[in-house]
Amino acid sequence: MSLDTVAIAEENPNSVQPFAELGLKEDEYARIKTILGRRPTSSELAMYSVMWSEHCSYKSSKVHLKQFGEKAVKSAALLVGIGENAGVVDIGQNYAVTFKIESHNHPSFIEPYQGAATGIGGIVRDILTMGARPIAVMDPLRFGLADAPDTRRLLPGIVAGIGGYGNCLGLPNIGGEIVFDESYAGNPLVNALCVGVMKHEDIKLATAHGAGNLVVLFGAKTGGDGIGGVSVLASETFNSAKPTKRPSVQVGDPFAEKVLIECCLEIFKADLVIGIQDLGGAGLSCATSELASAGSGGMDIQLEKVPLRDPTLSPEEILMSESQERMCAVVEPAKIKHFMAICKKWDVTATVIGEVTTGERLHITFNGQLIVDVPPRTVAHDGPVYNRPIMKPSYIDKLAESTFTVPLPTAADEVKAAVLKLIASPNIADKSWVTSQFDKYVQGNTVLAQPEDSGLVRIDEETHLGVAISTDANARWSYLNPYEGAKLALAESCRNIATSGAKPLAVTNCLNFGSPEDPEVMWQFAETVRGLADACLELGLPITGGNVSFYNQTGSVAILPTPVIGVLGVIQDVRERTPMGIPAADLDLYLIGKYNGNLSGSEWAYLHGEIGNSAPVANLEMEKRLVDFLLSGQSIFESAHDVSNGGLAATLVESVLKNKIGARIELNDVANALFSETPGRVLVAIAQNKTNDIAKLAVKYQIPIYKIGTTGGTNLEINQAVISIEELSKAHTETFPRLFG
Amino acid sequence: MAKIIVEVMLKPEILDPQGQAVASALPRLGFTSLKAATSVRQGKRFEIEIQGDPTPTQLAEAEQAAQSLLSNPVIETYIVKVEK
Repeated sequence: MSLDTVAIAEENPNSVQPFAELGLKEDEYARIKTILGRRPTSSELAMYSVMWSEHCSYKSSKVHLKQFGEKAVKSAALLVGIGENAGVVDIGQNYAVTFKIESHNHPSFIEPYQGAATGIGGIVRDILTMGARPIAVMDPLRFGLADAPDTRRLLPGIVAGIGGYGNCLGLPNIGGEIVFDESYAGNPLVNALCVGVMKHEDIKLATAHGAGNLVVLFGAKTGGDGIGGVSVLASETFNSAKPTKRPSVQVGDPFAEKVLIECCLEIFKADLVIGIQDLGGAGLSCATSELASAGSGGMDIQLEKVPLRDPTLSPEEILMSESQERMCAVVEPAKIKHFMAICKKWDVTATVIGEVTTGERLHITFNGQLIVDVPPRTVAHDGPVYNRPIMKPSYIDKLAESTFTVPLPTAADEVKAAVLKLIASPNIADKSWVTSQFDKYVQGNTVLAQPEDSGLVRIDEETHLGVAISTDANARWSYLNPYEGAKLALAESCRNIATSGAKPLAVTNCLNFGSPEDPEVMWQFAETVRGLADACLELGLPITGGNVSFYNQTGSVAILPTPVIGVLGVIQDVRERTPMGIPAADLDLYLIGKYNGNLSGSEWAYLHGEIGNSAPVANLEMEKRLVDFLLSGQSIFESAHDVSNGGLAATLVESVLKNKIGARIELNDVANALFSETPGRVLVAIAQNKTNDIAKLAVKYQIPIYKIGTTGGTNLEINQAVISIEELSKAHTETFPRLFG
Repeated sequence: MAKIIVEVMLKPEILDPQGQAVASALPRLGFTSLKAATSVRQGKRFEIEIQGDPTPTQLAEAEQAAQSLLSNPVIETYIVKVEK
């Protein structure tokens, strides 16, 4: 195949180009021509197509996401905000923390192990790029029905991939979620979160300035991995009628990534880079255009210098390749020798592939021939922006007017059977089968991990400063009311952080939705973003970044709107954290917060095939007081556990099973009290001589508290229903091994 | 007694980290003449022993097993052959 150069493009303006196959619309193609004043070369077309895809350009979501900036509170803690590879937050003692969550949904559907593994690899490099040492990962997952054959294919592969990659890197996996719902059949959600830590002065940005500075590509060699993957994998819907697309799958090499992490950290320590960017989706196209447009503007790249694993790759393919474990840095010429020496020490291939120029264009040559000549901003940032039509889905009002009934247990034996049924259901059942495949404690700083309310990691071994992370989403509430659903997810995530004893500090998000071309999906998305932005404003928390994953749908059926919200919290002394499990007998159990009988969106309703009619309305003012209540009361709480999925029933069982210490509970209106998932509630255990303290706190923060029982014994007794710990344990732990073992 | 052999290899365009590790270990461990090896690819081989010569049904089923069980068709290729 002959090389399509800029000169040829000028001579043959009318050559037919496969823009549609590359995912570009006709008007987008026309716009490229206007920008360049000629037709693009095939390499330019490749770059634009991949950078203007939904996945890279956020073209459907941009108009909504800007609310995160506009409504945001000014937070002194926010050191780096949205727009960089990941946001950075000040946690005190000169430490800064960066965290971010991303989706790797579509690649994980195609090849579960490698898709999930490279999802971890990608988010870890994002964190590394900020100058931070990655310290922990988390992974919220969604699957179709637990007993569906496709789930049996996907779940073990995805779990093994996350474990395989994360364990090899030596990163503890401290939490996440696993939720099953038929809407995720064929559209599993694999979100990955990474958190990293650094000192304030070590923050690095993705920028290229200073003419004459060198552009260095380092890490793995470039192969044919995931060519076009970013647009093909992330921007098109799978159609079961057509044969499944089998694009070149990216294969991760965690050991190469581990070496790359240590190599980068040594390079950062020696202060050798001006700017740095990882190569993820859209590979070199993305790295070069983003680095150049964030800097002074000009960059020359000699593409033939890129070390190749597959020498037959064309320049277009080199630009689009998504080979893993690669980084791109801008280095001053005076420091290049030192830079190369560190790379050599770590056995990392590093090659100077170009330099920063005084111009304003990104020039890419291949063996001396000019194949790309573009203003980098037009590739990286000035992509198309769509204000897509939105329409409130008709199902919402229809459901709102509907009534639903689910059977509610009353007699003691019915209550017992109902609790056992609930805790054995896949969404509530014990997830150790999954989490035991992950290394939770490597590095020795993990203080809390799954199934605790939040993951908690020690940052400083002398002061015991630590951070807590939690991710949450209740997609059924989002389906009933996406605005409230987003607010509730943020509230729950904050509550989880505070329940563990940490103070919520910053928010990240991964918004998983169906096709943006469907006005009803777009409405769900717009409402979600509006809800999240409003909630962050009300809670006074900055959004540090996020990720949007669209096209999670099969045919015309979209997934439930699934905004996964991650909250980062800080705890001054990790030894003061509050665990979820009841630690001793003869403690008083208090339910903090009031419930109502609305079972909409609850697990109990879902078990009976009902979604309900209305989501709860988030009361963030109260949630804020609740957070303050929890933080103030930390020293008197022996244990604390959030009430969410599965209601008080699930919370009680998890609290009892953790240390196998029973409890005796008295409840009025027992079924609603057990199964309602009214937000804003926490179960706490306190010593019996602390009654006055908790009562004072309740008055101070105007939080209703109810003494519902005491701890001890070998049973969970709810009114007259007596369930032994063995029965609970059996029901709770047998589900996953039975389904996937 | 014959054997139906199924050989599974990663597709050529797919990264093979294990093969790469072997390639870089060879010269380091004294196999210096293999330093020139441009690449090492690692795969797996299954030997299915049967009585007598394989029937067409057995071969067809071996082929099916190779495709659906023994290999991951997304990232691997396979060949089925008979050894006596």
